[in-house]
Order: sequence, then C-alpha cells, then structure tokens
Amino acid sequence: MMDVFPYLVAGWVFLTGCYGLATSRNLIHAVGCLSVCQAGTYVLLLAVGYRDGATAPVFSDLKPGSRPVVDPVVQALTLTDVVVGATVTALLLALVVQISKRHGTVDPDELSELRG
Amino acid sequence: MDASLPLLVAVPLLGAALLVAGGRLVPRPVAETVGCAVSAGTAALALVLLLNSSPPFLEWSGGWTPVQGQSVGIVLIGDGPGLGMAALASLLTLASLAYSWHYFDEPPSGHAGSFPALLLLFQGGMCGFAIAGDLFNAFVWFELMSVVAYALTGHRVEEARAVQGALTFAVVTSLGAYALLMGIGLLYARTGELGMHAIGRGLDAHGCPDALVLAAFVLVMTALLVKSAAVPFHFWLPDAHAVAPTPVCMLLSGVMVELGTFGVWRVYGTVFSGPGGVPAPEFERALVTLGALTAVIGAVMCWYQRHIKRLLAYSTVAHTGLFLIGIGVLKPEADDGIALYVLGHAGVKAALFACTGILLDRYGSVDEHALHGRARELKGVAVLFVLGALGLAGLPPFGTALGKSVTEEAVGGPLTVLYVAASAVTAAAVLRVAARVFGGLGPRPETGSGYETTGSGERPETRHRLSRIPDTMTAVPAVLLAGAVAVGVAPGFAKVVARAVNETGSAGVFTSVHWTPAGVLLGLVSTLLAGVLALLAVARPKAFAAPDRALWLRRLQSGHVGDYVAWVLVGTTVLGALTLPGMLGG
Repeated sequence: MMDVFPYLVAGWVFLTGCYGLATSRNLIHAVGCLSVCQAGTYVLLLAVGYRDGATAPVFSDLKPGSRPVVDPVVQALTLTDVVVGATVTALLLALVVQISKRHGTVDPDELSELRG
Repeated sequence: MDASLPLLVAVPLLGAALLVAGGRLVPRPVAETVGCAVSAGTAALALVLLLNSSPPFLEWSGGWTPVQGQSVGIVLIGDGPGLGMAALASLLTLASLAYSWHYFDEPPSGHAGSFPALLLLFQGGMCGFAIAGDLFNAFVWFELMSVVAYALTGHRVEEARAVQGALTFAVVTSLGAYALLMGIGLLYARTGELGMHAIGRGLDAHGCPDALVLAAFVLVMTALLVKSAAVPFHFWLPDAHAVAPTPVCMLLSGVMVELGTFGVWRVYGTVFSGPGGVPAPEFERALVTLGALTAVIGAVMCWYQRHIKRLLAYSTVAHTGLFLIGIGVLKPEADDGIALYVLGHAGVKAALFACTGILLDRYGSVDEHALHGRARELKGVAVLFVLGALGLAGLPPFGTALGKSVTEEAVGGPLTVLYVAASAVTAAAVLRVAARVFGGLGPRPETGSGYETTGSGERPETRHRLSRIPDTMTAVPAVLLAGAVAVGVAPGFAKVVARAVNETGSAGVFTSVHWTPAGVLLGLVSTLLAGVLALLAVARPKAFAAPDRALWLRRLQSGHVGDYVAWVLVGTTVLGALTLPGMLGG
C-alpha cells in the first residue's frame, strides 16, 4: 500500500489542479491551478527516485557505495521542471496583467473576444 | 560532422542572447540582419547535416557516452526526419524574418532586437525538439518552443484578443507538457532510462504491456496531440492563430504543429512500437479515429469561418488530421507520403498566411465579408493567394499533391475519400475568400456578426496602413510557393525524402515514391471539387452559409480556457479508451 501511495497522491494533486483549471472563475487562480498540476509531477518524480533507508545523493561527506542514496537523476529532472514552471508561471501572470488591463476583468467567463 | 549537431540549438540561442543584450544599442536594420544571418546559418548547417545523415548518427553531447549500456547524458539523433524538420523550421524562421523585414511594428520601441531574438529562440527550441534523442530533453525543448510561442502569440500586448489567445494557448499547452512529464516519470520508473531507444528496449525486456505502459503512453501522447492540435485537443489553435502576428502564424501553422505530429511518429516508433509497448492495432485505431475526427471537424469549421486567419488555422487542423491518419496506419509508404505532404503544406500554408498579412496591413481587416471586393487592386497577391489555395487542394505538381497521393494509395479505401474531401473543402474555403476579397464576385455578404469572431477592426502590424506593398512581403510567399512546387517536381527529391524516412522509420524497408496516374487524378478531382464548391458558395451565399443546426459546433469553440482544459481531459480519456482493449488482452 505504501508503495503505491505517493503515486496516488501525485495523480490526485494533478487532477485537483485540472479540476481547478476547468472550473476557475479567476485567471490568477487558474495560473495557480496550473502550478498545482505541476506540483503533481514533482511528487511523482521524487516518488520514482525514492529508496527505503537511503540518503541524499551528496558525496562530499559520503564515500561512494558506503550506503544507498536516492536516485539523483529524478532530482535533476525535478529541478529542471521547477525552472521551467517558474518561466511559464511568470509569463502567464504577465499575460493576466495585460488581460486585466485590456478586458477590465480576470474572469474567463467574461472574455468574449474569441469564439466560433 | 557529428559533433556539430548541438550547434543547431546553440547557434540560434546564442544569436538570441546577442540580440537581447545588444538590441538596444543598434538600429533596427542591424538587428534584423543579425537575426536573418543567424537563422540562415543554422538553416545551412541543418541542410549540410541532413545531406550527411545517411546512415543516421547519434551524438552524446559533452562526451557523456553510455557506460555498460547505461547512460545519463543528453543524446541527440541526427537522422533524416529529425534533421529535415530542423531544416524546415530553420528555413521557415528565415522566411518569416524576411517577411517581417523592417515593416513589422514592435510595441517595445527602442529595443530593435526583441522580435528577431524571440524568433531565434523559437527556432532553437524547434530544432532541439526535432533532434532530441531522449524524452526528458524532448520535454525541455517542447517547453522552450511553447513558452516562446506564447510570448510571440501575445507579442502585441496592447490588443485584447492577442493576450486572451496567448493565455488559452499557454494554459492548454502547458497542461499537456505536464502530462508529458508525468508520462516520462512513469517510463523512467519502469526502465530507469530516459533515452528513447533505451526506454523502448527496457519496456520490451519487461515483457507484456500493463497499466503503467498504457498510462505512460496516454500521458505522453496527450502532450504531443495537444501540440499537433488533434480534436479534441485543438481548441487553442484557432484562438492563437487568429491573434498571433502574421510572421508567427507562418511558423505556428507551417512547422510547430507538424512537430507535434513528428513527435507522435518518433515516440511511437522508438519507445512504444516493440512487444513491451502499445500493440500496433491499438495505436492504429486511436490515431486513425482521432485523425479522421480532426480532419472532419477541421474542414467543417474551416468552411464556416469568415475571419481569414481563423479559416487558415482550421485548415491546419484539418490537415493535421490527415497527417495523423497517415502516421497511424503504420505503413512505410504512408510515412513517406506524410513527410512530403508536411513539406509541401508548410510552404503553401505559410504563403497563404503571408498573403493574409498583406491584407491585414493594408486594409486593417481580415474579415472576408467586410473585405468583399476591396482587394481588387492587388493582382499579384491575388495570384499568390489562389495558387496557395490550389496547393492546399493538392493540385499537381505541388508537393502537397505528391504527398497526398502517396499517402492515399497507402491508406486506401474510405480514408482516401476523406483525404480528397478534407483537402477539397479547406481549399474551397480559401478559394471562396479569394473570389470575394480579390475578385469581388457574388453578392456582398452581410457584415453583421453572430456567434463568431469576424476579423474586422484588427490593427495592422505595420506602423501605418501600407499604401505600397513592400517587395519582401510579396517575394516571401512567392518563394514559399515555389518551394512547395519544387517538393513535387524536383527530380529525385521525393526518393531522397522517402529513403531518409524509411532509414529510421521502417527498419530497412525501402519504398519507391513517385507520381502515379491515380494520384494525379485524385489531386485533380479534389481541386475541381474545391473550385466548384467555392463558386457555388460565392454565387449562393445563403445556401452555403452555416446553418443553425451547426451552431453547437461553433459554441464548442467558446474561447473559455476552462472549457478547453475540460476537453483536454476528455481527449485523454478517449485516447485511453481507444488504446485499452488490446492492452487487456495482451
């Protein structure tokens, strides 16, 4: 059970973000929901690399091979993912600021310039 | 030779950095010259590498070669299809830089380098995605090209429509990208590898596919299908294309969407095609179903548009559907046909967008109804626009016709009818626009608006409305159309393309690709059909306008980001349901 638990959490966090995005009434909230989706990917990646009784893969005070470490590759992936996420969030928030200026609202229900 | 593969990404990125750093100090022509030079240099490099890509080679960047079969390095694939897409992306970037030469108006005045820098970043991202050999880097390049595309779509930040379209595009594509990352995480959990070939081997070694493989497949494909705008993942595309600056539309429709299709082909072929992956019949069912749906909905919605850019965007959706079907049938001939089709389509579609940009900059409108008869004076542009429409229909000797006929013969049966119908309807819509806008034919349509984006009252992208069309803006579409024809007629070109595709795609099964009487006939039929439909629509606007019962289809395209996200989830579920049956039995 405990083996699957982190994966279930990851899926749950991702779907929560999706639900928030689909029902959002405020674009800033929507951008936040997208970050929640992304948090699901962090949980999944870290869960993939986890090992029981292992420590951080930092070898400055640790002899290589002396004790198990968690997978450093997924941690590198997560770090890259965080950087990517920061870029996307910053750009999206900038767009929301412009939408607020041009449309006078941040409620997606009231944006009606593009349709059909 | 192999070692210069990473330069395809590094050169545009460095060029962009240079332009961002020095853009304020130099006058506009200098910044644009630097942009063109860097993008042309990358294009030349891509072409040289492409000519030397037989046999395909791998490059472990930084010398991180595998140790005992295990690797953590970044691997790049130098093969025909990947380098071909990189070359196409580079050449189209050059074309759009040339198109926007000195006439494109940029809001952040005082920084001449910003727009060319963004285009170069976009080029770097697309090249990286095309040659990525491991899934995680494919994700990073996917995100890089997407983020730059959002910024470029919303480049005119003063426009209400532009920022709305960019936001929907960004949210939907980013969600897809996170699904991709989840899929990559699952594949890494199973195989401990990130390289595409290595993951494929790992899955095969594990034995029969199970729920994890299915989940990973669905998540990865969701992202790639969002990028390639397959129904029901496509909603972002018309909104983004309607608002993006014209040179950006040329790139989005001409190559970025096709890169998503390329990604589907690459990932299935290297990761999921083995015995431990997704069985071929399931993949075929999923892709042909979604592709057919995409082609039909794209063609119908294309026909109902009056906003010319949205119309062209929907025609891209329809053609993506045709590409997906061609990839989905998993036949080497169909792969060859699609490769040629993508090349021809890129030239034709970019040329059509370029012509539409001329209308926008001269008349401040891209509304088919409001522009009725106003562009009679633009004889040259009219010729280019009509030629583009004929290319879209698949009139021989355009490259689109060759690619389409080769694919039609490979898919066979009722799908051939779909190819003819979808290309005929989208081309008919474009011809209808040409007849009304450039010819002033038929009764003047009503200009009132119902539930639609009309395209009138758009702001020109140039500083003032153009009184004279600059030569670059007409030369670029002419060259692009010439390129699309060359794909079809250049002797030996089709054979080279087919050989390059088969070398990676079908494990040594080489097929011959050439014009056939049946293919030429089908091309002529769809062109004729397009012409007849367009004439009827112009002569009898009422009978061929969108009926009320089609309104529900338009209402789906609501412009609401929440709706689009819900559709992505629906699409993911459908994809899973289409793939599931064979996985249970396996």
